[in-house]
Amino acid sequence: MPFEWVVALRFLREGRFQTALIVVGASVGVAVVIFITTLVTGLQANTIKRVLGAQAHIVVTPRQEVSRPQLAPAAGETLLPRIEARAQRLRSIDQWQALAAELERTPGIGAVSPIVSGAGFALRGDASKAVNLIGVDPARHDRIIHLTDKMIAGRFAVQAGDVVIGRDLAADLGAAVGDRIRLQTAQQGAAVSDAYTVAGLFDLGSRAANRTSVFVGFRTAQSLLDLPGGASEIDVTVDRLFGAEALAQDLAARTGQSFDSWMKTFDQLVAAIHAQDITTALIRLFVILIVALGIASVLVVWVVQKRREIGILRAMGASRGKIQRVFLLQGAIVAIAGSTIGSLLSSLMLFVFLKVARNADGSQIFDLDLSPTLYVTAALVAVAVGLLAAAVPARSAARLDPAQAIRM
Amino acid sequence: MDGPLLELDAIRKSYGTGTEVETRVLHGIDLSIRAGEFTALVGPSGSGKTTLLNLIGLLEPPTSGSYRLLGRETAALPEQEITLLRASSIGFVFQFHHLLPAFTAVENVLMPGLIARGPVTAVDRRRAQALLADVGLADRVDFLPRKLSGGQQQRVAIARALSLAPPLVLADEPTGNLDTHSADDIFALMRRFNEQAGTAFLIVTHDPRLARRCDRIVQLVDGLIAGDRTNEAIATAADSTMAR
Ligand SMILES: Nc1ncnc2c1ncn2[C@@H]1O[C@H](COP(=O)(O)OP(=O)(O)OP(=O)(O)O)[C@@H](O)[C@H]1O
Ligand SMILES: [Mg+2]
Repeated sequence: MPFEWVVALRFLREGRFQTALIVVGASVGVAVVIFITTLVTGLQANTIKRVLGAQAHIVVTPRQEVSRPQLAPAAGETLLPRIEARAQRLRSIDQWQALAAELERTPGIGAVSPIVSGAGFALRGDASKAVNLIGVDPARHDRIIHLTDKMIAGRFAVQAGDVVIGRDLAADLGAAVGDRIRLQTAQQGAAVSDAYTVAGLFDLGSRAANRTSVFVGFRTAQSLLDLPGGASEIDVTVDRLFGAEALAQDLAARTGQSFDSWMKTFDQLVAAIHAQDITTALIRLFVILIVALGIASVLVVWVVQKRREIGILRAMGASRGKIQRVFLLQGAIVAIAGSTIGSLLSSLMLFVFLKVARNADGSQIFDLDLSPTLYVTAALVAVAVGLLAAAVPARSAARLDPAQAIRM
Repeated sequence: MDGPLLELDAIRKSYGTGTEVETRVLHGIDLSIRAGEFTALVGPSGSGKTTLLNLIGLLEPPTSGSYRLLGRETAALPEQEITLLRASSIGFVFQFHHLLPAFTAVENVLMPGLIARGPVTAVDRRRAQALLADVGLADRVDFLPRKLSGGQQQRVAIARALSLAPPLVLADEPTGNLDTHSADDIFALMRRFNEQAGTAFLIVTHDPRLARRCDRIVQLVDGLIAGDRTNEAIATAADSTMAR
């Protein structure tokens, strides 16, 4: 073993109590950081999964129609125009097939599903409910909202006169799978109030969605909403969730259509997540700081206690650099020991936490996702912090005047 | 080697230079020591003996003057070179044994080699054990310093100082806190290595009996060399020149 290792290990062994103290400090620090990070990441992923489970990440709609002043002021005249916002009617996206194809080719985009959606009524007997008619290609749309997984009765099939409705709407209409309901829209010339068979019931996890969403075939919706050959909306999922807004803005600028990302729709949620991220980062920072100060202060005392030995080692030919490395190594060894113990400790803490903290119905709050990257990162950060904390004591050890140290 | 082992020329040393409490310790020391010389450095307390030894041992630089060790002017050498020169040419024996308390006797002896040459080999270990046997500690090699008597600790320190076979060993009151009997043993041990291996010794001592047994006595008073006698003159003059 080289000199630095021999001496560092022996010093650590000799100062058992101090060594134990800083190893415990580093372990707790690493454990807390891993625990908090895993917990917050898990909770956030869980929340996002719930919110976005039945939601497109980006929704493409036709550009808003704007009113433009028709009169140009004549020379020498000033015009005070009063421009009124136009009522937005249901329109199709220009060239939606080409746009959908282009989106599918765009890197970072997962699934693409053109839909036709608009307001209507679902009728059965005396009941009449305002609903949102959504015409989809079931295979394509399933990749966006995974409706197949959310069916509680029947199938997600919307071909030829079939309709799939939510659990709560079914209750309101008193309809079950196999029953027939009628759909009605206000569009001119629409095929008014045809009868459709309820092919399946879904539960999207939200009462509002379960009450208003009505899935029909793409063509059915086109005719119901009077958009022959058109698509009123394209739903898109993205690979990087938090890149959605940037991607949406980029695409909006390129295509001229209107792109709304989930981050805009759920801006409160995004703000909450960001606030949580900042809080976690601050907690981590303070924990790291405290651990670093702990290691540093113990090592500073250590160097003072070891002045004589350092002097002897220098007299025996150890260079300043060698002495410095001895103490840096001590910091690193403590950090490695600390991150090993801390990793085990944090896994235990997470395990216990998930056992104790449960949802009201007794199910697990979220899936434990132990990320190896997190452990490796934590270990690397710990070693860096250990080295950094040891840097000041190591320098003072290296600068020690051997002649003075030996006189003592 | 031709020329002296070391040569001091007008060496001065002050502490706290440039501050209000400047302490002048050495006021112009001229001293030359030949290879294999066995020299006593005597003088009253506070006369600058330890300071001189530290300068010679390259543990601190002089304030002014020239110091040549093994023919090399040391003033101009960078820190790194100084460390190398010290490691290769000087062994230290300190008054208070100054062994490394966390290391066993044999590990203490192995330390200079570990520093200068890297990881310890089986050959190194055997050599260190032989050296400890040579100083009479064959059955104490794996003892920690605190389990050894003062005399035994000083024997370990001597074995350690000699482990890289340096041309010069500096000993600052090596028998200072030993009883007369142990002091005689330690002194005899150093003398034996001096005669066997030709190692030069510079020994600070307050004991006139021991000083008289050296080849040469250098006397330091108030930071100046007040006397420098060799062999023949010593026997008669030592007692009177000794300052306690
Ligand atoms: N770092 C320092 N700062 C100021 N003065 C110092 C320092 N080191 C030593 N001195 C002074 O230098 C003088 C000589 O000290 P030194 O230790 O060399 O004497 P000595 O001859 O070895 O004495 P002793 O026989 O008691 O060991 C003393 O007056 C001491 O106070
Ligand atoms: Mg002294």
